[in-house]
Amino acid sequence: MPKTLFEKIWGRHVVLQELDSPAILYIDLHLVHEVTSPQAFEGLRRRNLRVRRPGQTIATMDHSTPTNTLELPLIDDMARRQLMQLRANCTEFGIRLYDLDSPLRGIVHVIGPELGLTQPGLTIVCGDSHTSTHGAFGALAFGIGTSEVEHVLATQCLLQDKPKTFLVNFTGQLSPGVTAKDMILALIGRIGISGGTGHVFEYSGTAVSMLSMEERMTLCNMSIEGGARAGMVAPDDTTYEYLSGRPYAPQGASWDSAVVDWRSLPSDPGAVYDRQVEINISQLEPMVTYGTNPSMSLPISQPIPDPATEADSMQRGSLEKALQYMDLQPGTLLQGHPVDVVFIGSCTNSRLSDLRQAAMLLRGRKVADHVRLLVVPGSESIRTQAEAEGLDRVFKEANGEWRYAGCSMCIAMNGDQLQPGQYAVSTSNRNFEGRQGKGGRTFLASPLTAAASAITGRITDPRTLL
Amino acid sequence: MQPFRTLTTRIIPLPRENVDTDQIIPARYLKVTDKAGLGEGLFSSWRYLPDGQPNPEFILNQAEYQDAQILLAGNNFGCGSSREHAPWALAEWGIRAVISTSFADIFRNNALKNGLLPVVVDADTQRRLFAIAEDDLNVQVTIDLASQTLTLPDGSRVAFPIDAFNKTCLLEGLDPLQYLLRHTLEIETYEDARGSSV
Repeated sequence: MPKTLFEKIWGRHVVLQELDSPAILYIDLHLVHEVTSPQAFEGLRRRNLRVRRPGQTIATMDHSTPTNTLELPLIDDMARRQLMQLRANCTEFGIRLYDLDSPLRGIVHVIGPELGLTQPGLTIVCGDSHTSTHGAFGALAFGIGTSEVEHVLATQCLLQDKPKTFLVNFTGQLSPGVTAKDMILALIGRIGISGGTGHVFEYSGTAVSMLSMEERMTLCNMSIEGGARAGMVAPDDTTYEYLSGRPYAPQGASWDSAVVDWRSLPSDPGAVYDRQVEINISQLEPMVTYGTNPSMSLPISQPIPDPATEADSMQRGSLEKALQYMDLQPGTLLQGHPVDVVFIGSCTNSRLSDLRQAAMLLRGRKVADHVRLLVVPGSESIRTQAEAEGLDRVFKEANGEWRYAGCSMCIAMNGDQLQPGQYAVSTSNRNFEGRQGKGGRTFLASPLTAAASAITGRITDPRTLL
Repeated sequence: MQPFRTLTTRIIPLPRENVDTDQIIPARYLKVTDKAGLGEGLFSSWRYLPDGQPNPEFILNQAEYQDAQILLAGNNFGCGSSREHAPWALAEWGIRAVISTSFADIFRNNALKNGLLPVVVDADTQRRLFAIAEDDLNVQVTIDLASQTLTLPDGSRVAFPIDAFNKTCLLEGLDPLQYLLRHTLEIETYEDARGSSV
């Protein structure tokens, strides 16, 4: 029977499937960060357990790390203690840590691929919902809770019910100024934020095969915002070209045999999915969110919807509450709405190509007077490469702030945050109430739209500045 | 894990859809290295006024609901971040079950590992429950896990689904990690057969 990419990887990793129990699924790679792991390590200590496969476990510091300094001690005492706890846990249990001073440290979903840890066919988990990012390589990658982090540390396995499959077929071709970020916002807008619950997305179609690895990561990253724990793209030559020569990628003869195996992973012709949707992107515009979840988005030329036209009372209520929180009027255009802060960063859009796109618009221009522009690379390697290309100077000459790597204002745990009432255009993944700082208001958009909006001080269609 | 068998309490209506885990427990509470004290931060942005005082309008601050243990929520409860701090915060405050038409996958998995029961009902039952809860705040419902039923104040019963494995774990207070550890031999055999991959 023809199989999907997901089914092939799932099948290879089932250790045991007993009747009336979830499958015991083997995990190849476990990524760990400071926020969701301390209670799991504490659980191991309490039960007197060891980490089963320290060599398949990699840790980094990203969520509560400052971006304005890498010097210790940190001003934030709780963040300092959390980071020191991760350091102590990694030492005690023999886990490799990309520590604060490592030139390879960065956001967990940025450094996994960069280091070549993320490979086709693997099962990858992390106590972080944006683990879906790694699916861009044809891996099965998903976020887990801290109890499950403990399960994987102790047994290298997870108890999982088999999810369903959901084919997302992107047809057509992106126009200039429109990006992978706009594709994923369009998908979530179409199916809603719970549209993919219980499913794994497989992104396919000519439009997806034309995307670079970095663009595929943006696409897979936000799968969770559509309710799917994982999103995948079949591996192809673009994948192998990206991976080849990276520190943890197979070398020599084992590379050749790995590629032979990876070529068997893409879904077979005639494979059946539980659900599917097709989206033509040829007419797609830059997308911007107007509400308080990632499905509340609009093509940039369109007006904000009117709750009065919503038939379902609960949904009408949600929309009213969202517009009230955002202080936006139905029927008006988002385009031209003033912004206070522009954040370019996060595991969604902080890679070199994202920074290059933003710099392309900002080169020789200035950020509007009242706007704060914060540019936070996804990893220290990206920071170094961007500086070698002079991108840091472009941002600084435009009056933007250029920072060290980390999650920063995407989750606002490290002091980088909005003030109550402020509006931000953000290249991150969540516009939930208060996500970027209590009382802050987020418009999610692509790096191009973010850069264009920083220049004018208003939500701006980047195509007008290209 | 504390076993979950039956529960009879008032219900706390929270008629909002897509309550994300950032609302359940904002990220600024996630710098802890243990679980204690997270109940303080539960629904923090809704529960406290800008000056830090409890918001009297918010339902969790109302005297009548202090002993209630069932939260009744809109569709798609617990979406967003994977933070297990969300069920830890709910459980520490005293919530033992959440009723909704649907739950986000990661939240559901996390809740089940903390003795917090996600009860899925259809939209009609959800509407009835909201109507009942808003009509008379003293009204109580009963959840019986063994029979997988929810008993409404008028005596009518509604069945809810749960998989056999999680049901047993909850009823008996079993830790799912023990199940995995019991199968160490199978895990070893699997590893031997394929070799280590990183």
